[in-house]
Amino acid sequence: MESPAEIIQHSGGVIGVSWLMIALPLLGAAILLLGGRRTDRWGHRLAIGMSVTAFLIAVISFFELLGLPEDERRRAIALYRFIPGMADMGVLIDPLSISFALLITGVGSLIHIYSIGYMAHDPDRRRFFSYLNLFVAAMLLLVLADNYVGLFIGWEGVGLASYLLIGFWQFKPSAATAAKKAFIVNRVGDFGLLIAIFTVWTGFGSVAFDKLSGTAVGEALKTGQVSQGSLTAIGLLLLLGACGKSAQLPLQSWLLDAMEGPTPVSALIHAATMVTAGVYLVVRSGGFFEAAPTAQLVVTIVGVVTLLAGAIIGCAKDDIKKGLAGSTMSQIGYMMLAAGLGPVGYAFAIAHLITHGFFKANMFLGAGSVMHAMNDEVDMRRYGGLYPVMKVTAITFIIGYLAIIGFPLLSGYFTKDGIIEAAMEHSSVLGWLAVLGAGITGFYMSRMIFMTFFGGRRWADDAHPHESPSVMTVPLIVLSVGSVFLGAFLILGNRLMLFLAPAVGRPEELPAFHAFSGPGLATLVLVAAGAAFAWVRYGAAEVPLVAPRGSFLTAFARRDLYGDALNEALFMRPGQWLTRIAVFFDNRGIDGLVNGLAAAIGGTSGRLRRVQTGYVRSYALSILFGAAVVVGALLYVGNM
Amino acid sequence: MNGTINAPSIEYAQLFPVLVVFAAAIAGVLVEAFAPRHLRKSIHVPLTLLTLAGAFIATVVTALGGLPATPVAMGAIAVDGPSLFIWGVILFLAFISTLLINDDEQFVAQAAAVPGSADEEDAVRSGFAQTEVYPLLLFAVGGMLLFPAANDLLMMFVALEVMSLPLYLLCGLARRRRLLSQEASVKYFLLGAFSSAFFLYGMALLYGYAGSVDLKAIGQALATVSNQETLLLVGMGMIGVGLLFKIGAAPFQAWKPDVYQGAPTAVTALMASTVLVAAFGAVLRVFWVALGNLDWDWRPVMWGVAILTMIAGAILAITQTDIKRMLAYSSIAHTGFLLTGVVATGAAEQNSKALSALLFYLAAYGFTTIGAFAVVTMVRDAGGEAGHLSRWAGLGKRAPLLAGVFAFFLLAFAGIPLTSGFFGKYAVFTAAVGGGALPLVVVGAVSSAIAAFFYVRVIVLMFFNEPAADGPSIAAPTTATSAVVALAAAVTVVLGVFPQPVLTLADQAASVLFIR
Repeated sequence: MESPAEIIQHSGGVIGVSWLMIALPLLGAAILLLGGRRTDRWGHRLAIGMSVTAFLIAVISFFELLGLPEDERRRAIALYRFIPGMADMGVLIDPLSISFALLITGVGSLIHIYSIGYMAHDPDRRRFFSYLNLFVAAMLLLVLADNYVGLFIGWEGVGLASYLLIGFWQFKPSAATAAKKAFIVNRVGDFGLLIAIFTVWTGFGSVAFDKLSGTAVGEALKTGQVSQGSLTAIGLLLLLGACGKSAQLPLQSWLLDAMEGPTPVSALIHAATMVTAGVYLVVRSGGFFEAAPTAQLVVTIVGVVTLLAGAIIGCAKDDIKKGLAGSTMSQIGYMMLAAGLGPVGYAFAIAHLITHGFFKANMFLGAGSVMHAMNDEVDMRRYGGLYPVMKVTAITFIIGYLAIIGFPLLSGYFTKDGIIEAAMEHSSVLGWLAVLGAGITGFYMSRMIFMTFFGGRRWADDAHPHESPSVMTVPLIVLSVGSVFLGAFLILGNRLMLFLAPAVGRPEELPAFHAFSGPGLATLVLVAAGAAFAWVRYGAAEVPLVAPRGSFLTAFARRDLYGDALNEALFMRPGQWLTRIAVFFDNRGIDGLVNGLAAAIGGTSGRLRRVQTGYVRSYALSILFGAAVVVGALLYVGNM
Repeated sequence: MNGTINAPSIEYAQLFPVLVVFAAAIAGVLVEAFAPRHLRKSIHVPLTLLTLAGAFIATVVTALGGLPATPVAMGAIAVDGPSLFIWGVILFLAFISTLLINDDEQFVAQAAAVPGSADEEDAVRSGFAQTEVYPLLLFAVGGMLLFPAANDLLMMFVALEVMSLPLYLLCGLARRRRLLSQEASVKYFLLGAFSSAFFLYGMALLYGYAGSVDLKAIGQALATVSNQETLLLVGMGMIGVGLLFKIGAAPFQAWKPDVYQGAPTAVTALMASTVLVAAFGAVLRVFWVALGNLDWDWRPVMWGVAILTMIAGAILAITQTDIKRMLAYSSIAHTGFLLTGVVATGAAEQNSKALSALLFYLAAYGFTTIGAFAVVTMVRDAGGEAGHLSRWAGLGKRAPLLAGVFAFFLLAFAGIPLTSGFFGKYAVFTAAVGGGALPLVVVGAVSSAIAAFFYVRVIVLMFFNEPAADGPSIAAPTTATSAVVALAAAVTVVLGVFPQPVLTLADQAASVLFIR
């Protein structure tokens, strides 16, 4: 295994000002939020300008980075002292962070552009764009910060932006509830991350990435500065944070509800970028995980369980966005699985993350385009036969579909196959479960295609579907091109793995790509079977307008695998009981103490207040007494 | 010594910021005397603003030009790093206070008219406001500049009085609730005179001990004069009382709430920010330069004062019902937090760390304070400013932006991260821990928690209570007032997110400590 390169201080060039990537969208958000209605007319253009500029900076920085020798491609730009003695603000440009920056600003800019059309009739379009800018800034801070404190600020920032955007149509109670739910569930994960950072700080005395490399962690373990136990704890706590942000079991429940937000938000935040922050965190913290095999094992288990759970949920959803959300969960499960495999898996995790960013954003925006055409209808049972009326949307959507199910030579084929093979090498149980997940993916995604674009027209009476304007279809086309070619580009010749090596290390032996390996063939067969089954059920047969009762399994999937029921039974109701008991004891016991204390302070305050008579003579007297005490005390101390 | 007097040598270049402020103050008096009434304000405002801006620039230029290694003006004034930093802060704060003072609603039409009399009505109808405010302000600012830079006790005393006398007057000029304002003025004057007497007496005793009023000479005498300890200790205590009164440390804090409440809010904003900065500069100079070698003697007493101040400020604030009084007690609590930095002395490195922390805290607190009082000026009802807290209920529903900004200032007072208040507290408390004052920091944290209660209570009141039916209206702010609020909010954010430039500046100012 080859370990990551050293981090070098950098100045000059575009990399030297790469912090502008964060600053510009932040400035955009500030101008739009503070400027208020005055900026309504041109606000969206400013936001797009900021986002596109950030993208250009990312591209130029990327090429500057490529121009450097391989082992000098980790560049830290110190910005300013932040919390003296603990954390300074700085940007780290390395292959890992620049990959994310390109994805965030690239897909982000496309989604900004798409939103002009999608939000054209919304009276609050400016506010929407300001939140999008805020999100882009926070997400870039998350991936570009060179220490955990900066990362955490970005982490909370994207949480805030996500909350604001899910609840963007806050007049809908469902949207307001969904926003709240996302926030609360994420809070659990955020606390995990926060405690992880505290533990790192106490153990290592630093939160900067360059002091926490794999070598530094190994050294600290050897000298006994930190124990194996605390490393495992750090790993598990980081994973808890990752689970919250990336909607992995057991903190997955918020993602499906989050689809209440406008569709561009679902595409940008809840498919392409923010939900992948957990994968970033695990890969960035590779040093800890590689030294804590137990934590690594838990990561892979979480990944596999989520990839299956998400796929099963996706099978039963009639709401097109929720179906895609289940699929997102499932695909991030794949990435998590890969990230838990160590350096072998990192490159595949990131590769799948990038290609997924493209094809999933592609499909989400496609779904948005369909909804736009169908009066915001989301129920696929009311779609059907849309292919002839909106060809661009349909074709780009189908490209995304082929990419996600792993159709040979499209993006998903390369990246997912890489993950499956790496998992297979690690443990055959993990590998076969991942293959099974791919088969289910074949089923539910085909179901979605057949129900939406083919079969009979089950439209509502007032629906007159039409193709969306070009400001919406052009981003779709760009994204679908990425969905076709990106996988091959990243995986063949281990291009991404070699590029990422300075940042995350790489295995001694580079994996070779086998066009038709055993697991690969098994995957293809299962996917084909899934698609065929979907054709029988939803392509050839009539789709009823009202969902049939279905089997026990369907009900299970429809209810999100009883995730909410479980949360309610395990946490909410006991939580409510606990609060009731707590309130009872609080009233009887603790209140006595707390209220006593509060009353004591309040009472003291009330009594002392009477000293404040308002009479100058008594003030003067108090000064005199005070002076006497001060002088007396000085004499006492001085003569001691 | 045969009757010839040598002209003192004055380093005009280094003293330029102070001199220009005093010159403009005198020019202001001439304007009052000769300019026709309707023109006065339009002369005063630009004159004052230009003077303060010019003095600020001069301070920056002086700072860039390298500093003299010894005090100037025959050893009476020390233009060193801390002085220049404090000058810069005071001038900047005074500048934005002037923008607040520019609001006609603040000041009485005719100070001499008896409240409620026919004279007063005439004066109000004439539509004028007292314009003496501006020269008074400049004199006070001049005193504030001299006060922390004075290198001998006599100069310090003169500066103290030059600073205080105009302020006594300014306190009595409120347009509304004039009796309260005049009462505040008289109280402040009487108690200020009383405490000055302590200062003067202490100075006499120290002169008796050391044979000089020069801070450096007193410091040297500590090493050489071994008898007359009592004279020294009593003198130190008395000087201390005079200074602690000015910063409003317990048990000398009683004037603060009354005066802050009665004074016109713009003047309160000026006092609460700049006077605190200037007076802390003087406290540091006296206790670190003149009495630095005696720190083993004064430190325990200062500990007691700091603890008492923090606790008294935090606890008394809880039951306040007037917003300005609450802010006054909050200011007392902050004085206590700052005192934990004053006692954090040790080796030279520790001293400059503590000094830098204090300078940063003072700057951060000054801006937030002015911002908070500027918001107070905007919440008005028929009788003027709506001071009673119950009137602020539901403000978040009527004026979300204003209430939001005020809530932000309160969070900064409470020291929540990503506001300037956090870094101020963090820096001072870290320095205090470094100086071995851990118990003080514990008390500080506890009183911060108590203080957070009453800050958050106001936020809850503004955002989660139903507005009263006849609640106060929000005065459409003048451009100047909104600029002040926006600037204060911006500084509070920037120092909370991006504190480095000011931290570095404070570090540089504190690197060589005070010159002697």
